[in-house]
Amino acid sequence: MTLREMHRGQRGEIVAITVQGELGLRLREMGLTRGTVFRVEGRAPLYDPVMIKVAGQTLTLRNNEADYIEVKLLADD
Amino acid sequence: MKAEIKIALAGNPNAGKTTLFNRLTGARQHVGNYPGVTVEQKEGRFSRGGIDFRVVDLPGTYSLTAYSEEELVAREYLVNEKPDVVIDVVDGSNLERNLYLACQFRELGIPLILALNMIDVARDRGIEIRPDRLSKLFGVPVVPIIARSGHGIDQLLDTVVNGDFSESARQPLNISYGEDIDLALAELIPLIEEAGLLTDTYPPRWIALKFLENDDRIVDRAFREDSRTADRLEKVVTRITGHLRNTVDAYPEAIIADHRYGFIKSILRQGVLAHKYDTDRLYTSDRIDRVVTNRLLGPVIMVGVLFALYQFTFSYSEIPVAWCEAFFSWFGSRVDLLMPDGLLKSMIISGIIDGVGGVLGFVPLIMFMFFGISILEDSGYLARVAFMMDRIFRIFGLHGSSVMPFIVSGGIAGGCAVPGVMAARTLRSPRERLATLLTVPFMNCGAKIPVLTLLIGTFFADHKAWYMFLATVAAWLVALLAARLLRSTVLRGRSTPFVMELPPYRFPTFRGLFIHTWERTWQYIKKAGTVILAISILLWGLMSFPALPEGRIQHYEQQRQQLLARVSATIKDELEQGERAGLSPRARQLAAGLLEIDDAAAEERLRYSLAGRLGTALETVSRWAGFDWRTNIALLGGFAAKEVIVSTLGTAYSIGEVDPEQSKGLSERLAADPHWNRVLALAVLAFIMFYAPCSVTVVCIARESGSWGWALFSMAFNTSLAFFLAVVIYQTGMVLGLA
Repeated sequence: MTLREMHRGQRGEIVAITVQGELGLRLREMGLTRGTVFRVEGRAPLYDPVMIKVAGQTLTLRNNEADYIEVKLLADD
Repeated sequence: MKAEIKIALAGNPNAGKTTLFNRLTGARQHVGNYPGVTVEQKEGRFSRGGIDFRVVDLPGTYSLTAYSEEELVAREYLVNEKPDVVIDVVDGSNLERNLYLACQFRELGIPLILALNMIDVARDRGIEIRPDRLSKLFGVPVVPIIARSGHGIDQLLDTVVNGDFSESARQPLNISYGEDIDLALAELIPLIEEAGLLTDTYPPRWIALKFLENDDRIVDRAFREDSRTADRLEKVVTRITGHLRNTVDAYPEAIIADHRYGFIKSILRQGVLAHKYDTDRLYTSDRIDRVVTNRLLGPVIMVGVLFALYQFTFSYSEIPVAWCEAFFSWFGSRVDLLMPDGLLKSMIISGIIDGVGGVLGFVPLIMFMFFGISILEDSGYLARVAFMMDRIFRIFGLHGSSVMPFIVSGGIAGGCAVPGVMAARTLRSPRERLATLLTVPFMNCGAKIPVLTLLIGTFFADHKAWYMFLATVAAWLVALLAARLLRSTVLRGRSTPFVMELPPYRFPTFRGLFIHTWERTWQYIKKAGTVILAISILLWGLMSFPALPEGRIQHYEQQRQQLLARVSATIKDELEQGERAGLSPRARQLAAGLLEIDDAAAEERLRYSLAGRLGTALETVSRWAGFDWRTNIALLGGFAAKEVIVSTLGTAYSIGEVDPEQSKGLSERLAADPHWNRVLALAVLAFIMFYAPCSVTVVCIARESGSWGWALFSMAFNTSLAFFLAVVIYQTGMVLGLA
């Protein structure tokens, strides 16, 4: 499944980033690489972009960018 | 000891780099542009312990790719200018991601120190960092600091001065990028070294990495320098890329990035970083965000904050603005008393004091607005606004980060398009950036407020506040729709990645607030001191010359004499001494008669002048929107600076001194004029709100967009749109009999 389908409070581990080029690099340079664990903090009032907590920082990205992040769900907290 | 030590500050955005820069250089900094690009260059100087330092604050970046101008500028500066030391300001509460850039600096082989900033924040979060371990494993000196308070800065500078940064002491970092890439590097590096391809500027291993990462800049340069070798390198890269795609379904650049993080994570695990608390613990910042970006509360809070800013700006600045107005009024009357009558005096009073004074009188309002914006920006709240507004802005082809330029330009009410256009620098995509900076002039900047106040106050007095609010809404609508139009036609293209960091909420520092507020306010004041001064004088000249020929002046004088001859001496005396209100009916009649003659004379004088002729000539076109020649003169002045519209209108309607805050005289005159009505007022309003940006903004657009073509486009596009709207409003209004 992708990050777009996750809900607030869910934790996940990144399995793959399925895009290259500039977007791929931007995602990676912010720390979104294979094996990274994160939690979905919430979404904007219009459900887009999504806010996630990763390695001590809070990141926001659009749903059409989240589509490229393949994840594996972990146990909620 | 070196005469002067050159330092470069680098690091992620929000890591405290600029705070450190401001601390080191204080007011002694100079902001300019890197040549040929629209990236800001900040340089400063300071002395410590008898040594002179020169510091450059490089643009904040997360990486050193070729995808954005900031990154390229940073990278090129480091290898071309070869600073003595590079201080990478690293956010200790966010170490992993911050080290990604540090990794790339190490790959470049530049002399590096890590300034481990925000260790207080890290400590509060229960993050323990061992700088000595990090230093040992990463291979560079690491100095903990707190830029905000100045803690550790002396130690940092000691390290700069006394550390060994000679060529021999530093080794480029050799991370393993996995077997496939390592093998590829082993093939590429000898080829590069043999041919000496770009090796005087960059380390060979770095060049090889850039080839594998498909870095446009480096590959292009390599081909220009030595296309045979570059071609051989490309062939290796293509082979490796194909192999990797078939086996692990990944591109080299992805694998390289992953391995950098792998390296960082392994270092951190080796006793560098320890978490005292559970890492999923909610920080205060997170708790605030739960409320502030909540689906219901978020927008409500945002509207509340923006409204509060609006109130704060307008109510609190009222008194200082009144002081300024009073001062200029007083100054004007002093000059009136002290100077002999004549052209020079007329020019100084009408030209300079009225024109420039009117503008400077608004400085308090502008300053309050910018102060409020600085608080929102420095505290981190504006990032949340960008986050919440992104979805809406995207519909119009813009970006969440476009919010800030719009607000600075007067999105709430009052602002200035010049800092607004410059604020568009944060947008990484050229197309979104252009669309933003071309549409921010539609906002209701500080210069348009007096005109709005005048016209709404005169013709829509019953619901003033409501109409002002509508004007703001109209400005946003037109700006957003225009952006959509531009992004669907001349600025077509995909949007930039939005991936954005939400920095933790912070208490703004006074120094930071002061610098941000003052920078923008100064831009506004500079405009008054230069352009508006020049244009006020020019307009005065255009409206005074050519002067009426002697014959016509005599004609009016004759009329006056005729009128006076018909009246007894006592009435004439009464008029000379008495107050307007206490005059007898005959005297009042006389006064009215004289005023009529004066008005006619003034009108002919103005019509005869160059400005009058221009205005009259334009009437053939402008009458479709209902604009008469006098309005045209004022609008022409507005091309240079919108602030002069009210005072020029006043002069054109021959009102003695028009003071923008209290234009009651002009207001009454317009209300009484048969030509003016609500429909015309609306048409004029629409035109003024949307036509060409003022000259200073046009110059700014040319600079920020990199070409005069866009600046001229902005003048043409905006004016056409504004005129179209004005014509539609006027014609429909008149036809429907809404006057």
